[in-house]
Amino acid sequence: MTRATRRYSAVPRWVIVLAALGACFTLLPLVAMATRVNWGDFGALITSESSVDALLLSLRTSVSATVLCVVFGVPMALVLARTSFPGQRVLRALVLLPLVLPPVIGGIALLATFGRRGLLGHTFEVLGIQIAFSTTAVVIAQTFVALPFLVVSLEGALRVAGTRYEAVASTLGARPTTVLRRITLPLVLPALLSGAVLSFARALGEFGATLTFAGSLQGVTRTLPLEIYLQRETDPDAAVALSLVLVVVAVLVVGLTLRTGSVDAGLARRPRLAVVTPARETHSAADGS
Amino acid sequence: MLTFDARVDARGFDLALDVAEGETVAILGPNGAGKSTLLSLISGLLRADEGSAALGSTVLFDQPGASRAGSRAESRGRPGTAAWLAPHLRGVALLSQEALLFPHLSVLDNVAFGPRSAGVSTTAARATAREWLAEVEASDLADRRPSQLSGGQAQRVAIARALAANPRLLLLDEPLAALDIAVAPALRRMLRRVLVGRTAIVVTHEVLDAVTFADRVVVMSRGQILEQGTTHDVLERPRHPFTAQLAGLNLLTGMRTAAGMRTDAGVEIAAGPSDLAEGIAVAAAVRPGAVAVLRDGSPEPGAGVIEVVVTDLEPRGDVVRVRAGELSADVPPARIAQLDLVPGDSVRFALRPDDVELYAR
Repeated sequence: MTRATRRYSAVPRWVIVLAALGACFTLLPLVAMATRVNWGDFGALITSESSVDALLLSLRTSVSATVLCVVFGVPMALVLARTSFPGQRVLRALVLLPLVLPPVIGGIALLATFGRRGLLGHTFEVLGIQIAFSTTAVVIAQTFVALPFLVVSLEGALRVAGTRYEAVASTLGARPTTVLRRITLPLVLPALLSGAVLSFARALGEFGATLTFAGSLQGVTRTLPLEIYLQRETDPDAAVALSLVLVVVAVLVVGLTLRTGSVDAGLARRPRLAVVTPARETHSAADGS
Repeated sequence: MLTFDARVDARGFDLALDVAEGETVAILGPNGAGKSTLLSLISGLLRADEGSAALGSTVLFDQPGASRAGSRAESRGRPGTAAWLAPHLRGVALLSQEALLFPHLSVLDNVAFGPRSAGVSTTAARATAREWLAEVEASDLADRRPSQLSGGQAQRVAIARALAANPRLLLLDEPLAALDIAVAPALRRMLRRVLVGRTAIVVTHEVLDAVTFADRVVVMSRGQILEQGTTHDVLERPRHPFTAQLAGLNLLTGMRTAAGMRTDAGVEIAAGPSDLAEGIAVAAAVRPGAVAVLRDGSPEPGAGVIEVVVTDLEPRGDVVRVRAGELSADVPPARIAQLDLVPGDSVRFALRPDDVELYAR
């Protein structure tokens, strides 16, 4: 509504010029890549056996990693946002470390933990489980790098949501688990969804930690980014075609995040919307959309 | 019913309070008096440094302080002696000035939240919720979302939600403060109706709330109780300047003399008949409307006169309130013009003896 009205904006022109340059810098390489695609063989290139293996493996492992991120990330965000204990600030910084760490270092760290000679590797070996260089290792590497995305986005949302609704729910007789299930999580659901989508995207694009910790075995640990890197040496056309597939997936993911983001903004906007179109609000609420 | 005695050092809070079964107590006090701290302690959202509270036979918390538990070395051994009941087990519902309806639930499910949390089935909880919505005259709002309600409607629903949880003690934190002047009276009437026979504590800075809801008034300031008593008593015969200010009365404090009283500032004021003994500490509450403002002319014979400097003139409906420090007089606007009164003028406030009724302090 307000987007259509033309308001004076105090953004200087040179800022707009720089912003346009930045946008070009981001978009131009993608356009350039699209121009290099061999459209004639596109179908064959992305449906070769190794490509399909890599794509399916990537999707499978990324979904698993996203599930793990939700299972562990939600409790981590809750503990960081809702409790206070000594060393919490330090712990938060450390938990977010994989966000800024070069992924290859993450891979080396994971090898040191779960590798055959690693900290826990021996324990797992006794149990008959070998993790390094298996599909499990791919999931672990992806979870390791993607977890902070979910924790960061959810912790922020939890802080913004505040504790007042939770306090009211408690005084109405709700157990902590009931408060979590019926109040806290529904209130931060948009952030949880966008956090999960971001984690999925990060897992899908994981390269360094996977290569270091899981290796590159077709059908077992060779995910799409690894496949692309490998094909670049032998079949550049295939590499470009597969890259385009990942770009499309990434665009879809960003689109989804924006959608859930607008749900978030819609929640904040609702009171005003309600005044304007109460009937439509009721309708959409009844639809459950 | 409720017995409470607790201390929170960081907030300078130290207060003991009892509320009888079925009694509604109003807590009056300025901002920062510790009213919200009191409610947070009772509802379990805040922990006391020391003290205990019980609701009937249920211990809400029992926190022996360092001073009571003896030396530090002793108490360090067993910190587990402290008892503390989680908020959801206390049976204490809290209603704040903002409705805080859960935005993702319908009005009906908001009200049904308490019964659902108590383990009642969804159908039964919704039936209970409908009853309470009817009780607060909000049945037609059941299917709406909280974002589609006005402030007054939201607060009605919040009241229904609190009552539907069937609390043993209801805490109301300035329940009408955030509402339009237009809707507050209707809600005040409704609250008065549902509070009858309920054990409740109403925190407010609005004296009308106290008069409307409460059997008893507790006036507090800076975490302490200043005075307490039946609503009528406290507001009619305030013993503390803050209470007098809330009640809109001039408070004179001093010593009983043969003719009346000598104020703390040493001014002799004639008073109406009283059987209080000479020499004891007394107070008198005088309505601003009973105070005459004089510039030069002599007062009525026998009237007490206090020399004051006007600090402020404030229009109030059909009168102008002349403020002079802690004292005030309500006079007609024409009188202000006649006296040519402006802040900074030295004038005299005159009190007729019949309007000065003494009571012990």
